Amino acid sequence: MRLTDEEKAMYDGHQGPAVQKAMDLLVRYGEALGAERLVETRNVCATITSTTPFQRDFALAKGGMDAVFSEFSLDSQEVVEIPKFKVFTSHLQLGFDPGQPERMGLSEETVRFYEKSERHAASLGAQIMNTCTPYQVGNIPTRGEHCAWMESSAVIYCNSVLGARTNTEGRESCGAAMLTARIPYWGYHLPENRHATHVVELDIEVESVQDWGLLGYFIGEHVQERVPAVHSRRGIGRVPNLPRLKHFGAAASSSGGVELYHVVGVTPEALTLEQALGGQRPVEVLRYGEAERRQTYEKLNTTARSAEIQYVMLGCPHYTIEQIWEAAQLLEGRKVHPDCELWIFTPRAIKSLADRNGYTRIIEEAGGILMTDSCSAMSRAVPKGTRTVALDSAKQAHYLPAILGVQAWFGSTAECIDAACTGRWQGALQ
Amino acid sequence: MNTATPSATAETSQLIVLHGRKVVGGVSEGEALVTRDRISGWGGIDPRSGSVIETRHELRGVSFAGKVLVFPGAKGSSGWSAMFHMTRLLNSAPAAFLFNEMTTKMALGAVVTHAPAMTDFDRDPLDCIQTGDWVRVDADRGVVEIHRKARP
Repeated sequence: MRLTDEEKAMYDGHQGPAVQKAMDLLVRYGEALGAERLVETRNVCATITSTTPFQRDFALAKGGMDAVFSEFSLDSQEVVEIPKFKVFTSHLQLGFDPGQPERMGLSEETVRFYEKSERHAASLGAQIMNTCTPYQVGNIPTRGEHCAWMESSAVIYCNSVLGARTNTEGRESCGAAMLTARIPYWGYHLPENRHATHVVELDIEVESVQDWGLLGYFIGEHVQERVPAVHSRRGIGRVPNLPRLKHFGAAASSSGGVELYHVVGVTPEALTLEQALGGQRPVEVLRYGEAERRQTYEKLNTTARSAEIQYVMLGCPHYTIEQIWEAAQLLEGRKVHPDCELWIFTPRAIKSLADRNGYTRIIEEAGGILMTDSCSAMSRAVPKGTRTVALDSAKQAHYLPAILGVQAWFGSTAECIDAACTGRWQGALQ
Repeated sequence: MNTATPSATAETSQLIVLHGRKVVGGVSEGEALVTRDRISGWGGIDPRSGSVIETRHELRGVSFAGKVLVFPGAKGSSGWSAMFHMTRLLNSAPAAFLFNEMTTKMALGAVVTHAPAMTDFDRDPLDCIQTGDWVRVDADRGVVEIHRKARP
């Protein structure tokens, strides 16, 4: 791989041992990919803190927080002192909500160690956003900006909706990027790799958040990790907003490995179908109509048998303030059924907005709870005795039955709130 | 799954050689574990036992610890590298990775596992290697030697 003079100096240790270890990892990683060079970045999103007992024991045995960062974020077995980050770094979601230790089944020890690791990460310059949707709380890259992001649903939003450029990075490559402001110039950083390979022709209008989730799930299964362009000959109809595209992308990156999509006439690199395709012929043209919509809905509901619901989980990816507003309207004056729990997940910054707007009070008066920092797939935490769960997220409906062995119903937000208040699933595809 | 054929029983040292590109250097050998299913890291493997846990995966419950893992490539969450990184720390990592599809998840995961890894083969390793074959991977030279196990 070709390195610039500044990169060679970092590689040779002129900026200290931690930066040298970071460059060593980037060179090994870049050569593994077959990248020709690195590219500068000033925007990294990753998880750095320690939320597992394994990391706690590792820190105790090997020399504290620097040892954890050296091994888990730099792949360095030598413990190096970690300097302040060169790059604006946003912290992603955690394995739990530290504000809800009892509900999440956490030991006091785990929370205390986590808080220590959070203070350490903040002291190095990480923004403690603690969300899978950094673009909701101030990290909104511009079109063409080179980023190094983890978290599949954030990566796909960054590439597709914002037109910024990132591959799906991991904890170690992000750690190295924080200290060097570099990431391999490969994959979706290159303009020629950003054109659509598949066209998805819509035969029906796609409108609700649920509908966009279904479409994303259908597309991911069919195109796997390729690049789809969603197109409608009649025009896309009502422009999908943030929650719709958030759910669409999360679904496509769960059922497949989609990291970039185009919605013709909506997303920034696809003003026209020709622009989305970049002069290439599509590998395949798929059609999405009523039959495909119904099949996808049935696939997402295959694990569900019992209509009795013990748990309703909303917020995957983390709810927007618009979605919290909607949930509060649906809940106002009602009560969550005594045999059911309602947990809604959002970034901490948005919860403070919901607190101020009175939505948290409405949700809590109804018997629900607004949680932050995590979700049930990350935390593996669900209310005790949960056998069947209701969800408005295709991504969560994909992961929860696999991770926790529960049954899952996927439906609209209104159907989920009704399930929370009655303890029964009565949803059906409209 | 591997059915014995008369020729296989007659030959005890059938040797197949593949050439490919080094992803992570080094030399190692072990028994092959072959799957046509892509592998998820986060939510797809248990790093303590080095086994696949994904529901509906053909290797569900099978451990890749110490095996030469032959598979199409990585899928799923960006936690891929972190989970395989853990297999190295817990001594349950594969002896080597042989795969077809290059992605950032796969490249970074192989790098932090520190196991020899190769891709871009002159013939598809999924067609040439069977579970149970003894495989020697010399990633530095870009050579894979497959000793087809004699089957009774």
